[in-house]
Amino acid sequence: MSVLALIRPDDWNFPLLVHVLGAVLLVGGLFTAVVAQFLGWRRQRTADAVAYARTAFRSLLFVAFPAWWIMRVGAEWIYRREGWDDAEDEPAWLGIGYITADLGGLLLLVSIVLAGLAARRLRVTGGETSVLLRVSTVLVTIALVAYVVAVWAMAGRPD
Amino acid sequence: MSFYDWLLALHVLAAGALVSALVLYSVVIAAGWNLALPSEVSRMFRLSRAGDAAFAVGSIGTIVLGIWLAIDSDDFQVWDGWVIAALVLWAVAMETGRRTGDHYNRARDRARALVAEGRDTPDPELGALVGSSRGLAFHAATVLLVLALLVVMIYKPGA
Repeated sequence: MSVLALIRPDDWNFPLLVHVLGAVLLVGGLFTAVVAQFLGWRRQRTADAVAYARTAFRSLLFVAFPAWWIMRVGAEWIYRREGWDDAEDEPAWLGIGYITADLGGLLLLVSIVLAGLAARRLRVTGGETSVLLRVSTVLVTIALVAYVVAVWAMAGRPD
Repeated sequence: MSFYDWLLALHVLAAGALVSALVLYSVVIAAGWNLALPSEVSRMFRLSRAGDAAFAVGSIGTIVLGIWLAIDSDDFQVWDGWVIAALVLWAVAMETGRRTGDHYNRARDRARALVAEGRDTPDPELGALVGSSRGLAFHAATVLLVLALLVVMIYKPGA
């Protein structure tokens, strides 16, 4: 693994940087959203609930969503650059990466919609918390855990 | 997975925790920039506690596991130029991060003190702290240093 890393051709570096940067920003955006959503989970003053719901929504929309695209474009770029598109058998870590990236993207999309609706509903109608926000919290937590597993698999490359 | 692969995977996960903390701090700084009321600022800083934990795990994990990787590997050493460059970047990032923390902790403490005193009205000192270009500059420097660290880790200049 270390030998591979050291003899990696120079023209692989930039696509890999794009992929890794997107991945860590994605995890950061999800992490921020999860923290805000858990703070907004319990019943509290409407102003607090709205603030946490809005912060979670914005973290998902303005950080995690663009980062997902950066990660995904970088993944496809390095995949082709390394020649995996010509390989007959793909290693397990690559499969883990693809499945988590795409299913996690779907979860992210649904979570953004739910978090946005929750923030809007709380602001308009008031309330101490929101069921939509709680559902979004669960989905974002699942996505975050999946991406942490994917980062482990991408870096450690298990057989 | 070999022992080295585990070290590498945990090292990358620690880097993810470090970047997650920086993303969270960025969101807190951006969200708090125009807040006027101490209760609003105090509420926003509740998010940063999770960031502090992620920053601690990320900063300690990256340095300890990074040095361990260099010792464990036969392909590169702790005294290689790119490893030393990474160590220097890490150390400077920790210092700028510490100064960022000092600055915003003063804002957080001021907001909490005002709330505790029942003075939940706009406060010039608090406004100056949360909207300070000094705190933002230290945070931006930390972000750039960690980005440079990521570039060095991937490109391994001189290896």
